[in-house]
Amino acid sequence: MAIRRGRGVAAINYPTGMNLGGDPTQALVHSTPTGNFMVTLSSVDLGQGMKQIMAQICAEMIGVPTDRVIIDTADTDTGPHCMGTFASRGTHRAGNAVIQAAKEARQVMLEVAAEELEVNASDLETDGQGNIQVKGAPQKSISIFDVALSAHFKRGRSISGRGMFLIPRSYPEKETGAMKPSTCYAHACTVAEVEVDDETGEVTVLTVKNVFEIGRALNPKMVEQQLVGGSWMGISHALYETTEPYYPNRDHGGTDFNQYLMPGPGDLAETEIIVLERPSADGPFGAKGPGEMCANPQIPAVANAVFDAVGVRIDTLPITPERILRALKAQAAG
Amino acid sequence: MAKVPVQFTLNGSEKAEFIESGTTLLHALRDKIGDTSPKGGCHQGTCGACSVIIDGELRLSCLTLAETCSGADIKTTAGLAEGGVLHPLQRAFLDAFATQCGFCTPGMIMAAKVLLDRTPNPSREDVVEALSGNICRCTGYEPIVQAVLTAARANSQNAA
Repeated sequence: MAIRRGRGVAAINYPTGMNLGGDPTQALVHSTPTGNFMVTLSSVDLGQGMKQIMAQICAEMIGVPTDRVIIDTADTDTGPHCMGTFASRGTHRAGNAVIQAAKEARQVMLEVAAEELEVNASDLETDGQGNIQVKGAPQKSISIFDVALSAHFKRGRSISGRGMFLIPRSYPEKETGAMKPSTCYAHACTVAEVEVDDETGEVTVLTVKNVFEIGRALNPKMVEQQLVGGSWMGISHALYETTEPYYPNRDHGGTDFNQYLMPGPGDLAETEIIVLERPSADGPFGAKGPGEMCANPQIPAVANAVFDAVGVRIDTLPITPERILRALKAQAAG
Repeated sequence: MAKVPVQFTLNGSEKAEFIESGTTLLHALRDKIGDTSPKGGCHQGTCGACSVIIDGELRLSCLTLAETCSGADIKTTAGLAEGGVLHPLQRAFLDAFATQCGFCTPGMIMAAKVLLDRTPNPSREDVVEALSGNICRCTGYEPIVQAVLTAARANSQNAA
């Protein structure tokens, strides 16, 4: 009886969004009278930071600081159509829709500015700080604040735009069944080191080293935050959390945090995160979906590390002490 | 049911309410007084989201009857910022990206405040122990542990 150490590796591909019966998201952008920009979506910010990312995307396209953009989300009665926040699709689908909507709004904004400055709209550029200026002659400029006032009170123009991003439905080929479930994939690889007590079956995760390839990280700190939390959640799925065997019949299942276990701050493994950025072809500014995939590779990595440590394959999650001890017993019985 | 009067100090100001006997402090704070900073997560004392400070002690407001708080000095996360200047713990949580959905954050900050009030220079183990009654689904805890350690360092530099 001893504490045995093992190391496991796993790598995953993870789709950004799903291929449903076509996967659309719409966005609407309009300026307020004072040159703030409102983005209307039906997508939801679940705490993953969608509002921040959509504000960054709109601000980048229009040419204003991010704090000049207001994001209104998640009213499916009144908002433009979105399939929803799931399958790590939010940034990719809504981001592309916001880009298109902001482009259209920007064009109207430049047309109004062109009238005010008495120049051609195609000669104008934005400085990213809320001003519009003539290319090569930045002294000839007007603030977006003044352009919005002019549009609203003088020119009778609506600085607004419509955006729609659609992943069309992919039908399987009749002969082969091949289809395109997604247009881009994130990737990850995890190396986990564990200690397994072969007397008690208890697993301690010592280190988790993760490499994530997530396209362009539109907000690197928030991406890191998502990946650190996701890595923890992967360990939690591997070793702690389950609704089994109480699903779908919940009669005797755990109903609270005393019975549904998750690792707490005292159970943390040393965690390393490395981000690789390979911009996607069809994502907003090259983004992919880093959301859910970051909690996946730890699970097979821990299972492989347990095998490396004590020589038993646990293929049912979570990898509980009981399952390890039963597998060790079966192994000893030969 | 007859209502009972309760008076206590909340974040430095006097509060008086008539409440139904058996009302939890969490319910009184959120639905009677309007301080929604303590969150109702599990309502059974297992998640820590409702944590408040009563007479200097960390307490679960979902398991505390409001009528037992008469005369108490109660502090919540809503009272931490002074004149628009965030408390060092709030600042550190923001800077460390130690909050995602935000639901656990007020309870975490209350737990951390009681720790730092008593142990200004805590070890990592002290922080882990202090936060062990609070559940977070999003962050993986590490950013929260780091935020508390950062706030402790900021406090000790200010004191020096």
